[in-house]
Amino acid sequence: MTAELVRGQNHPLSRVRLEIRISAQTPVLAGATLGDEHGTVPGAQWVAHPGVPVLPGVEVSRQAAENHRLAVDLAALPESVHRLSVLLALPTPQGGGPPRFGAVAAPRAAVTGPDGTEIARFTLTGLDAESAVVALEVYRRQDAWKVRAVGQGYAGGLAALFADQGLPEAGELATRVEQAAGRGDATPAPHPRDTPAIAAPQEASKAPEAQPAQPVAGDAAGWSMEERLYNQVWGMFEDLARCTAAYRGAVDFAGSRLEKELDQVLADPRARLGTAGDAAREAARSRHTELVGRARAALDRDLAQLTAEAEVVEPALPQACARWESPVWHAYRVPDEPPMALRLGDLHLPESASLRIPMLVRLPLERPLWIDSGPVAEPGGTVLDSATSRRLALETAVSLAVRLLAVHPAGQFSVRVIDPAGAGAEALAPLTRAGALEGRPATAAADAAEVLGRLAHRVDLTRMAVRGGAAGALPHDAGSGRQLLIVNDFPYGFDDRAVTRLRYLADEGPAVGVHLLLVADRADAEAHGPLLDPLWRSLMRLTPVPDDHLTDPWVGHAWTYEPVLAPPGSGILQRVLTEVADARTKRE
Amino acid sequence: MTVNLSKGQAISLEKKDGAGLSAVRMGLGWQAAKRRGLFGSRTREIDLDASAVLFADKEPVDVVFFRHLVSDDGSVRHTGDNLVGGAGQGGDDESILVDLQRVPVHVDQIVFTVNSFTGQTFQEVQNAFCRLVDETNGQELARYTLAGGGDYTAQIMAKVHRVGSGWTMTALGEPARGRTFQDLMPEIRRYL
Repeated sequence: MTAELVRGQNHPLSRVRLEIRISAQTPVLAGATLGDEHGTVPGAQWVAHPGVPVLPGVEVSRQAAENHRLAVDLAALPESVHRLSVLLALPTPQGGGPPRFGAVAAPRAAVTGPDGTEIARFTLTGLDAESAVVALEVYRRQDAWKVRAVGQGYAGGLAALFADQGLPEAGELATRVEQAAGRGDATPAPHPRDTPAIAAPQEASKAPEAQPAQPVAGDAAGWSMEERLYNQVWGMFEDLARCTAAYRGAVDFAGSRLEKELDQVLADPRARLGTAGDAAREAARSRHTELVGRARAALDRDLAQLTAEAEVVEPALPQACARWESPVWHAYRVPDEPPMALRLGDLHLPESASLRIPMLVRLPLERPLWIDSGPVAEPGGTVLDSATSRRLALETAVSLAVRLLAVHPAGQFSVRVIDPAGAGAEALAPLTRAGALEGRPATAAADAAEVLGRLAHRVDLTRMAVRGGAAGALPHDAGSGRQLLIVNDFPYGFDDRAVTRLRYLADEGPAVGVHLLLVADRADAEAHGPLLDPLWRSLMRLTPVPDDHLTDPWVGHAWTYEPVLAPPGSGILQRVLTEVADARTKRE
Repeated sequence: MTVNLSKGQAISLEKKDGAGLSAVRMGLGWQAAKRRGLFGSRTREIDLDASAVLFADKEPVDVVFFRHLVSDDGSVRHTGDNLVGGAGQGGDDESILVDLQRVPVHVDQIVFTVNSFTGQTFQEVQNAFCRLVDETNGQELARYTLAGGGDYTAQIMAKVHRVGSGWTMTALGEPARGRTFQDLMPEIRRYL
């Protein structure tokens, strides 16, 4: 939403990189003064004008023009600067009388993001004999920046304006500004942090505003850095889905057009023989190549931008969303606050296999997870044997469990395991050795029933307490914090009663922080018939090896999912678990 | 029917300084039906819908309307369905934003239409208008007053199409009849 400001009104700014766009009916000079907390501009070196177009954090045009784009980077402004005033002035016409804003249409000023999205605008109405005006000011208020519509005009021109801001030698400076504007060159000022290398050259010369700005981590909406990064990653996910849709659409279209044109050549008896047909076929093929080439160029441009963004975003991600290789895991400390989101893995598309989008989901998880231990083909094409795929699936589950344990404050997340066949002992060893589990993995049917019963009981109580508005009054044995139940080899060893309990947990658990993680091969559940179909549908299926089974919510591409695993032999899981166990002992 | 841009008139969206138009917005506004006294809820609401159809070589490849608010490629976005209209005094009740620089390379024409979903003809709708706006500076490129526009329930408003490396807009302003853009497809094809 663009805010239409009236004189004196202010508007908060959530971004630090801005463009201030000026449009006027006649050429005007544009400049900016940088003032301290009292609004005083200490000297001429704090004024950006056509003669000195670049100062740290602000850049203005070199000449008078009808349209200006002032690039502002609030983060790059010196600490002492508390106010940036944008000023406009009418150049003195040769031979004519004194210029006045009253004689021209009201200039307009707009504050936009670097991508052109308008944040606020202001029309400078009501000016008369003034020839210089402070259009807007961007100012610091308690560590946040705001913009205010000013519209203060000066009949005495720039000299009066500068004098009002406390500048010594205001008249001299005003003369210098006017002279500089007279001989300025025509290039509009580029954004200080623009990277022209990314934009296609012909576009760069035509539309400077289209150049992608240097990406910044956290460049999205949100109340905290964590939320901003989360939203940014989802924004990148959507952008990649959409720009790939554009590419695929164009390639499909080019293909069907080529087919149609080749058919036409074939249908035309005159073209069947001789060179005319060959020429037509050749023309059709080159039209195809040309369109596919243009589509690829557009995709490459977008991919370059998204890759650059991923390179700054990935290192900024907090623990819960970072890869195991990330330095934040090497410097692991038990956190004080539960995270907002969790990384389940990476996603990519075949067109851009090197660009991995972190797959982030909010916590508590909305859906139970299912790590598929069924037969899966490795990327090489070899089908893994059942024992290997089961082991990999459980290792993936363990890696997720460790991550969940580690990103929650000590004692606020507990993990239980049901492993009826006892087949997971080896893969579960890191968790059991570190004492990170709540009790031993339940192998006997009775133990499993007890674990399920206890969790169902907890879900019941919590739901009742939440409904009754007394979440604080839970009995002690209900346990506190979030829970994760890992069920290995589901549905082995599950009778109908246990299946019903599990379905209850799958349906009602997420709302009260009880998460479910099934490691299962769906083929093992055939005996249960269609009874379990609703359960499978409610689960989020993940695979232990890369597999393209996930679709995005916008276009429906098939994305290749890859679990987030510790690099082989890194020992990071063990180190993290030791820290978690220490923190837990200390707490107890 | 007042037309700032006469029917069939084309304007290039290339600007004087050579920079092409980068974003256009189609805005649609109308005045909500007057509330009746006692059974106010039974007032027949007026629902006008703005749609944009994307064509590649005269074949529709994507459409943005109230059931599909964003084109797959993300370049065309509908700000959301308005079922009842607004004040009808200048403000847009529905908007479709087109980021021309991001339109897929094979899409060469985008046609904008207006339909009366609830079936009232433009004669019965108060203060209805649709307009095309240069989103970069807020300048209006074309404006049609729909109200009092005769016994029609739809209008094929304008098309934006590629010319060379830039885009040109042609005002169509052709009245038609139909509940959604689908009903207008045969009509639209005549203008491709």
